[in-house]
Amino acid sequence: MLSYPRTSMQARRLPLASSAAQRTTLGQLGDAYNFDEALQEAGLWPLSSTGIEILQVNVGKVCNQTCRHCHVDAGPDRREVMTQETMEACLRALRSTEIPVVDITGGAPEMNPLFRWFVEQCRELGRTVIDRCNLTILETAPHHDLAEFLAAHKVELVCSLPHYRALGTDRQRGDGVHAASIRALRRLNALGYGDGVSGLRLVLVTNPVGAFLPSAQESLERDWKRELWRNHGVKFDALYTITNMPISRYLEWLLESGNFEAYMERLVLSFNAAAASGVMCRNTLSVGWDGTLYDCDFNQMLEMPVEASVPQHIRDFDALLLDRRRIETGRHCFGCTAGSGSSCGGATVDT
Amino acid sequence: MSDSYYDASDLKKFSDIREHAPELADKFFDWYQAVFAEGALSAREKALIALAVAHGVQCPYCIDAYSKSCLEKGADAEQMTEAVHIAAAIRGGASLIHGVQMRHHVRKLSM
Repeated sequence: MLSYPRTSMQARRLPLASSAAQRTTLGQLGDAYNFDEALQEAGLWPLSSTGIEILQVNVGKVCNQTCRHCHVDAGPDRREVMTQETMEACLRALRSTEIPVVDITGGAPEMNPLFRWFVEQCRELGRTVIDRCNLTILETAPHHDLAEFLAAHKVELVCSLPHYRALGTDRQRGDGVHAASIRALRRLNALGYGDGVSGLRLVLVTNPVGAFLPSAQESLERDWKRELWRNHGVKFDALYTITNMPISRYLEWLLESGNFEAYMERLVLSFNAAAASGVMCRNTLSVGWDGTLYDCDFNQMLEMPVEASVPQHIRDFDALLLDRRRIETGRHCFGCTAGSGSSCGGATVDT
Repeated sequence: MSDSYYDASDLKKFSDIREHAPELADKFFDWYQAVFAEGALSAREKALIALAVAHGVQCPYCIDAYSKSCLEKGADAEQMTEAVHIAAAIRGGASLIHGVQMRHHVRKLSM
């Protein structure tokens, strides 16, 4: 077992905090870890966008937690926050298209002072709004009325809960996180979230607490539903399984625990062509806190923007060009194509 | 060949057992896969049972494989430890219950 980090890698001034160092670490693996070759063998190269259906907006890296596996290296010590000017550029892009879903992430996105304003603007445009919520933020004093706000605006919640029991959850996310998460889930249930009839969709997200892949989403969802109801009286609509991406603080943990090479080997050996054809980057456009455009949140953290021939910033948004862009790939992409596949919407292949 | 009777890398060579008897091996692996499919018991419950049995038969390959499998299928260390205690309890109980046989012999042979 390793000690639990209380600060971001950036605050600890670790060389691995830089995206370049992370890309170099992944690049030092052998030729078998070439993602483009795996795509070629599956007849899927080059990977390209199928059209933007989800605008995923990362509104900042500030978070009230410092989770062990965080691919953002988020935490209370981070200062990157999306400005209103950049949010307005996102709204202009939305007005110029019919992109149906706005997926707001962070950090803890609710800690951006403009979060509520942005949600209201997106909802006024008639778009489905997803909030990637860590649950504990709902239990903090400055956000005491956040749950009611989210319900009033019919925001879909996609909430992190690595395990229905405390042991794994607290080991990954910090002491007391499980208990606070359960309290928050009960409050959400009381507002109608997860009841299946109110239209307030509540999704839980689990990612493995260690160096292994998630199991079949459907099977885990049955266990999660039974155990959360039996032990805590909590209901939810769906469970997404997400594979941990070998970047940022999860990469730090893999290296420290001596699991890096075996984990990468597992990802490569589990390459699934069906999962590769359904990766989320094909229908998603990811916006960084400073407005830079990426194919996904993982590429964002590795500072790999969209291909050079298309607009690089949300203020220059051009749907025609971005809808047909070629996806930038790297060795970390094996994380989305292993086994049943992984995306911000959970597994991408039925099992 | 390793100097040790047990080599962790041998686990990946399990399918080599097909050599010389492929039909028998195929039957075994097909049946094995069917046994662990989701059924009346969940995949997680089956993995926990397998972990307990692995400790009962003390197979290091099985312990390796099913420790990983249990975690992947959503079990945590507390649940896995309880499963191992079940194996230990059955093993211990199996020894102790034979004490009744011992007592039969003692009664028969003693004055």
